Amino acid sequence: MSATADSPARRALRRFLRHRLAVFGLIVVVLFILAALLAPWLSPADPLQTSWTAIRKPPSAAHWFGTDENGRDVLARVLYGARASMAAGVLSVSVALLIGVPIGLLAGLAGGWVDALIARIADAMLSVPFLILAIALAAFLGPALENAMLAIAITASPIFVRLARGMALDARATDWVEAARALGNPPWRLGLVHVLPNIIPPLLVQATLSIAEAIIAEASLSFLGLGQQPPAPSWGSMLNSAQRFLTQAPWLAIFPGLAIFLVVLAFNLMGDGLRDALDPRGERR
Amino acid sequence: MLPWLLRRLGQIIPTLLILSVLIFGLQQLMPGDPALILAGEERGDPQVLAQIRAELFLDRPLPEQYLHWITRAVQGDFGFSWRIREPVAKLILEKLPVTFQLAVTAFLIALAIGIPAGVLSAVRRDRPTDWLVNAVALFGISTPNFWLGIMMILLFSVQLGWLPPSGYVPLWEDPLQSLATTIMPAFVLGSGIAGVLMRHTRAAMLGALGQDYVRTARAKGLGERAVVGRHALRNALIPVVTLGTIEFGRLLAGAVLTEQIFTIPGFGKLIVDAVFNRDYPVVQGVVMATALIFTGLSLVADLLYMAVNPRLRTA
Repeated sequence: MSATADSPARRALRRFLRHRLAVFGLIVVVLFILAALLAPWLSPADPLQTSWTAIRKPPSAAHWFGTDENGRDVLARVLYGARASMAAGVLSVSVALLIGVPIGLLAGLAGGWVDALIARIADAMLSVPFLILAIALAAFLGPALENAMLAIAITASPIFVRLARGMALDARATDWVEAARALGNPPWRLGLVHVLPNIIPPLLVQATLSIAEAIIAEASLSFLGLGQQPPAPSWGSMLNSAQRFLTQAPWLAIFPGLAIFLVVLAFNLMGDGLRDALDPRGERR
Repeated sequence: MLPWLLRRLGQIIPTLLILSVLIFGLQQLMPGDPALILAGEERGDPQVLAQIRAELFLDRPLPEQYLHWITRAVQGDFGFSWRIREPVAKLILEKLPVTFQLAVTAFLIALAIGIPAGVLSAVRRDRPTDWLVNAVALFGISTPNFWLGIMMILLFSVQLGWLPPSGYVPLWEDPLQSLATTIMPAFVLGSGIAGVLMRHTRAAMLGALGQDYVRTARAKGLGERAVVGRHALRNALIPVVTLGTIEFGRLLAGAVLTEQIFTIPGFGKLIVDAVFNRDYPVVQGVVMATALIFTGLSLVADLLYMAVNPRLRTA
């Protein structure tokens, strides 16, 4: 192996791979991402194709997960539903990172009133529970998957502001940032070159856990009718219509819920594993 | 103590004011003219529209609209519901006791499961019991509230017929029936918190069991029960209590979906119904009230932390 064999990243990767549950989480996440990407090829049927002859049929060889109240194939809808969930999870959190991290770094490095204002805004947003803020935002933006994702992204961003700000404040007090500043580096350069690389591990952990939260939020908003609009499939909206047929067709409620549970569990396991692997002290809180 | 409290309030008040600006600003995201929504059938009549705009201050510049809204809000007046023409504050106060009963029951369930489970897994660290408890906690945290709710209705109401699938009976009307309608949603709501409390308790217990005073207690020949119960647990509960207070605030958010599934007429159902009726003053009022409760609870958490930990009082 080369000289990089024992870099901190390598060591963290090795610790992560030793964490069996985290690897299980990673595998499940990869499978769901593949399901989302390859849905058109994997799916046994068109997720929007209704059928009079196949209304609310229990799971069978022809329809592994059964059919819904319009005769649509539930497996196909679960597979396509992975698209809404994964998009909401990954894209919303990416946007939240893109909003939160630069603002947090700016606050931490600039100090003064800029910092005070940004910190207060983040506190203000964090003083409302995640789901309630996301519902309020989605309500004012109007019901649509894109709006739900935007609402989730905005709601998820203050935690990254707080994290990046805290790390920037810590870094500002260190000798190496002090030295870089003394050499005349502008604040943006300090943030980009000297602080950002050091805060990637905690950001990665938080992002993984935030994705789990964002997926639950998307499912919740779609369940309430504020996310993915019918007939397009989403696990949350599938659960909503399943509730009306609980006595006659319980499978409608079982499979989409199981999918949400598995994905969220997988991201949580990955997050725990990453935290253990990236924390040099190796202690879980 | 007093200077600390003043300093804390000095942080809380600007935070809430900024939040109020954000919540007020939400209205600007809204597609369409609120006056048109309110006018309904009379939307063609410019006189009606002008009257509505004047009444709601919609014809004034934004800063003035905000000042009008916030001066009333600090006096507990969040305006009128557009839909049912009742004061928003009254609606919130009507619904809050329902959610409060649900949340308290949920919290008791969470405590009853989470703390013993956390102690057990700490005492049996790295043994099968510990793994099992951790697995159950992780399941509790990862299961979406609303799915667990639906599955429980499927099992206990549809299949077994033991519990009513929905509805709410106030405690003072019929305590037994009230418990029957509350127990399932409360368990759903409490299960996630139970997992979080278990993890906190486990971590705190592991910390406490490694302390010198535990070694001393063991050295003087105390039984394991007394060591764990009287010495370690009491100290471990300090952080758990304060974290628990904040988790209690999160129950309010969880209640949104739980109340929806079990059709419980509480705080959470209020915001969902308001969203669908485009009753924006209610949405704004509920968000503001949630923030107030949440902030209040974290203040209580800090006070509790100081009450049980005298070393912090001078800080």
